[in-house]
Amino acid sequence: MKQLLDKYARKLVAAGLADEGAPLLGGLDVELLWNRSDRACAELEKLFQGLAINSLIFAQPAEPYRSLIDYIALHAAGPIRPSDSETRTFMHEIPVIHAFEAEKMITALKNRKSVIIPGQGIVAWGTVSPEQAFVSFSSICFACFVKFFADYLTHLRAGRVSEEEQRVLRHAVARLAPLPQEPPSLMAGPFASDAQVRQAVTEAGRLTVEYGLVDSFFGNISYRFENILYISQTGSSLDELEGCIDPCPLDGSSCTAITASSEFVAHRELVLCTGMKAVLHGHPRFAVVLSMDCDRRHCGARKACHTRCPEKRLVGDVPIVSGEVGTGPYGLCHTVPAAMAGRQGVIVYGHGVFTMGRQDFNEALANLLAVERMCREEYLRRAEG
Amino acid sequence: MDGWSGSILHIDLSTWTYRLEHPAPATYRAWIGGKGLAGFFLYPHIKRPWNDPALPLIFMAGPLVGTASPTSGRMSIMSRSPLTGAVGDASVGGSLGTQIKRAGLDGILVTGRSDRLCGIEIVDRRVMIRAADSLRGMGTDALHARLKGNGGLACVGPAAEAGVLFASIMVDGSYAAGRGGLGLLFAAKNLKYLTVKGSGRVPVRDPRELKKAREDVFRLVAASPVLLGEHGIANYGTGALYDLMDSRQMMPTANFRRTRFNGAGAVNAAAFRRHYLPRRTGCKGCHILCKKVGRDGTPIPEFETMSHFSALLENDRIETVTQANALCNDLGMDTISAAATLACYAEISGERLAGPRILALLEEIGRGRGLGPELGQGSFRYAKARGRPELSMSVKGQELPAYDPRGAYGMALGYATSTRGACHLRAYPISHEILRKPVATDRLSFAGKARIIKIAEDLNAVVDSLTSCKFVFFASSLEEYARVYAAVTGVETTAQDLLLTGERIYYRERMMNALNGFSSAEDDLPARFFAEAASSTGALSREEFLVTRAGYYRIRGLDPRGMPTREKAAELGLVWEEQGGS
Repeated sequence: MKQLLDKYARKLVAAGLADEGAPLLGGLDVELLWNRSDRACAELEKLFQGLAINSLIFAQPAEPYRSLIDYIALHAAGPIRPSDSETRTFMHEIPVIHAFEAEKMITALKNRKSVIIPGQGIVAWGTVSPEQAFVSFSSICFACFVKFFADYLTHLRAGRVSEEEQRVLRHAVARLAPLPQEPPSLMAGPFASDAQVRQAVTEAGRLTVEYGLVDSFFGNISYRFENILYISQTGSSLDELEGCIDPCPLDGSSCTAITASSEFVAHRELVLCTGMKAVLHGHPRFAVVLSMDCDRRHCGARKACHTRCPEKRLVGDVPIVSGEVGTGPYGLCHTVPAAMAGRQGVIVYGHGVFTMGRQDFNEALANLLAVERMCREEYLRRAEG
Repeated sequence: MDGWSGSILHIDLSTWTYRLEHPAPATYRAWIGGKGLAGFFLYPHIKRPWNDPALPLIFMAGPLVGTASPTSGRMSIMSRSPLTGAVGDASVGGSLGTQIKRAGLDGILVTGRSDRLCGIEIVDRRVMIRAADSLRGMGTDALHARLKGNGGLACVGPAAEAGVLFASIMVDGSYAAGRGGLGLLFAAKNLKYLTVKGSGRVPVRDPRELKKAREDVFRLVAASPVLLGEHGIANYGTGALYDLMDSRQMMPTANFRRTRFNGAGAVNAAAFRRHYLPRRTGCKGCHILCKKVGRDGTPIPEFETMSHFSALLENDRIETVTQANALCNDLGMDTISAAATLACYAEISGERLAGPRILALLEEIGRGRGLGPELGQGSFRYAKARGRPELSMSVKGQELPAYDPRGAYGMALGYATSTRGACHLRAYPISHEILRKPVATDRLSFAGKARIIKIAEDLNAVVDSLTSCKFVFFASSLEEYARVYAAVTGVETTAQDLLLTGERIYYRERMMNALNGFSSAEDDLPARFFAEAASSTGALSREEFLVTRAGYYRIRGLDPRGMPTREKAAELGLVWEEQGGS
C-alpha cells in the first residue's frame, strides 16, 4: 500500500496537479498508512472510520488549478456541475464545503467521490486503490479548468465578466506552461512486428503525456498491424502502457477487446474508414474549452450539444462533433469516423481530440499538438474580446 | 410505501393454506429486500435441516423490481443450502421477480410439506395449490412449455426428485438459481413448480428523479467496454470473458491441474456466435440483454458453464458444451457443480471423458441412475467417499467457478470467505483484478485485498437486496443506485448508508453460518492451490493467504476463528448469541 501511496503522490506532482510535498495520501487495509506525516492526518483518519473506503487523497491543487477551482467553488451556490464529458459521465457533480471538518467531509463524501474545500484543497477517495482518488482529483482539476475558461467566454459574450473573473483569467493564463514548439520525433513506421507495435504505442503514449496533451494521463491510442488493432486498455495511463495494450483481432475471432479502451469501436472505424494505421486520442484542454464555446444562445438543442448538435462547427478546419463516451446511441463512434476524412483531426464536444497517422504516430502527435496550439491561440484571441 | 408493496405471502404446503404478512416499514428500510429481507425471515430457522418442513424456501424481490430502474428484473431465492449446510441464496433473472411485484407482493415464503406433489399458482394475490402428480419426472423444458402462459415460473426437474445435492431451480425455462442445491428444497416440500402472474403497477415515489438517475446509469453503461462494448457481454454474452481467462492463463483445466486449455479457440464466445448465430435476450427491465439464444433456439451457455464443460473437462467440442448446458438445465442441475464433480470423477477414476460420456454421466446424475446417486452428492462427498478428499475443488463443499484462484488473489480470498461456499459473485473481484473497474489492481498480490474484498461483499449484499444485476456495477456504483433507490422508495439515503446496510446483511450471514458450526476451518481453499503451480503462475503462498484472511477477519469484526463477536454485532444493530436460531 505504501508503494501505491508514494506512486500517486509522485504522479500528482508530475502531472502538475499538486506542488511537490503537497499531496497527502492515506491507505487502509488492516492498518492505516500515510505517505507522510501531517497535521491533517488526525482529521482525515476520521474519514476512514466514517466511510467504507480504502484510500484517500488530500491536497491543495497546484496553480493555475487552485485559483480556478477556488473561484468556481466560492461562486457556486451548491455543488459544481461542469458540463464536460468526464464530469457528466463519471462525476455527475462536485460537492463544495467550506471547512476542513471530518463531519462535513463525510457528509459530502457519502454520496460523491470527492469534495472541494476552497482555500484548503480537494479530498477524494477510493475503495480498491488510491488510483481512484487520483482519477477523481485529476478530473476535478480538468473539469474546473474547462468550466472556468468556457464560462469566461460565455460571460464575455453576455457582457457580464466581473473584474475578479478577469483577474483570475489573467492569473491563470500567466501560469500556463507553454506548448512545445516542435513535435517530438517518434519511431518511424510502418511497424513489422508485435513487439515493434507495442514499443511504438508505448512511446507515443508517454510523449503525449509529456507534451501535456491529455488530462493527467488519460486518453487512448491504437495501431493497426495486419488485421489486429493494438489498443490501450480501458483506464490505462498513457505514460504506463507496458502490459496495458490489448491486441484485438478485427476478424471477430476473439473478445479480447472487452478490456480495451471504451473507444475501441471509434478507433476501429477510423482505421477501417481511412486506411491509416495510427490513432491518437487526447484531452488537450483548450480544444475541449473551445468545443464548448458556441454563440447560438437560442439554439433549440442547447442542452443537447454533447449528443446531437445540429450545426456544422469548426475551429479552423478542424470539425467539432457531438458524441458521448462509448457505443451508446449517441456514442462518438457514430460521429468521429465520418468527420475525419481529409481533416487534421476531430474535436469531440466537451471531451477531446482524435488525430491519425498513416504509418506511425509522428503525424498523429504533431496534429494533436497543432490542434491544441491553434485552439489556445484562438481562445486567447476570443478572450481579448 | 413506494417501491415495496408491504406484503409478504406465506404458504404452508402441509395444510395448503396461505396468509399475508405486512412487515413494518422499518423492517423494509433495515433490510431493503431481496436477500437482505429474505435473510431476516430465514435467520430464526437457520439451524433446521434442509429437509425440515418448517425451514422456509424464500422468494424475495427488491424495491427496484418492476420499476423503470435499470437492470431491476432480478430477485433472490434463499434457504439453507443442502449442498453446504451454509446459507444458500441465488440471485436469478427472468420475469418471476417482476411478476411477484406486479402481484402486489414483495416475497413468498414456502414452508411445510405437501402430502402429494403439487404446484403453486398465484394470480395477483390469489393462491391456488394444485396437485401435480402427473408432472413427476418431467424436465424443466417441458414444464416451461406447459406453464409459460402462467407468468413467471420457478420449477425443478428430475434432479431434485433424485436427491441431487446441487439441484437447481429453473426460472422461465432458462434462468438458473443454480448454486447450493436450492432445488432440493422444492423436493423436500413436494413442490414441482411455482407460477406468479401480476397485473398491478409498482408505485414509484419520484418518477422524474428516477428518470434522471436512470440516465446517469445508462451513460455509464454505454461507456463500458465490458457491458455495451463491441466485445462486451451485451453482444457476446458472459462468454465474452472466455478469451480473457485464456489470455491470462487462469482458465481452470483438467480439474484445476492446469490453467491453460489448448482447445480454447474452438469453444470461445466468437465460436459460439459463428456456430449458433445468437440473438440478444435477457431479464425483464434490462437493456444490456446479456443472455444469448441461438437462431435455432439453442440457449448459449454462460461463461462458467462454457469454461467448465470445455477446459475443466478437456473437451473442445462446442456441441458437447451446448448439449451439457441444455441437459443440466432440463434436468435441473447447477452446471458449475455438475461439471466440477465430473472433473473430480475424471481425475480420481483416470477416465478421459469424451463428449457422449459427459452427457451420459449427466443423465445418470439427473435421473439417479448408475453412478448418479454417488456423483449427485457433489465432488466433496464423492471424493471423500473415494478416499481422495483433496481432489474436490470446493469450498464449504461447493465447487469452484471458472476463475483459477492462483491467477487472481482477491478471488482466492473471496472464494474462501464467501458465506455460500466457493462463489465468484460474493465479492466479484474480477471487476478490478481482470476487467480494470473501477481501476485495475494487481491480481497476483494479496496487498490491500482483505479490505477490498470486505467492502465488495457488502456492496454485493446491497445489490442482491435491491435487487439489481451485478453486471451493471462493472460500470456504475452505489453513487448512482442510491439515487435510484431514493427516487423509487422515497427513502433518502447515500451510497455509504447502503454499504452499511450491506455490512449488516453480510455479517448476519456469517452469524447464520457460525450457528451451524462454520468457522475459519471452512474459510479455506483446497490444498492443491497452495501446493501446485498454475500454468503461468506459482502456487499461492499459504502464509500470505492466512495473513490476509486474518486481516479480513479483523476488518470484518470477526474473532481470529472467523466467528462473530457480540461487540461488532451490536455495532450493526444485531444480537449475537451462539445458541441462537431454531
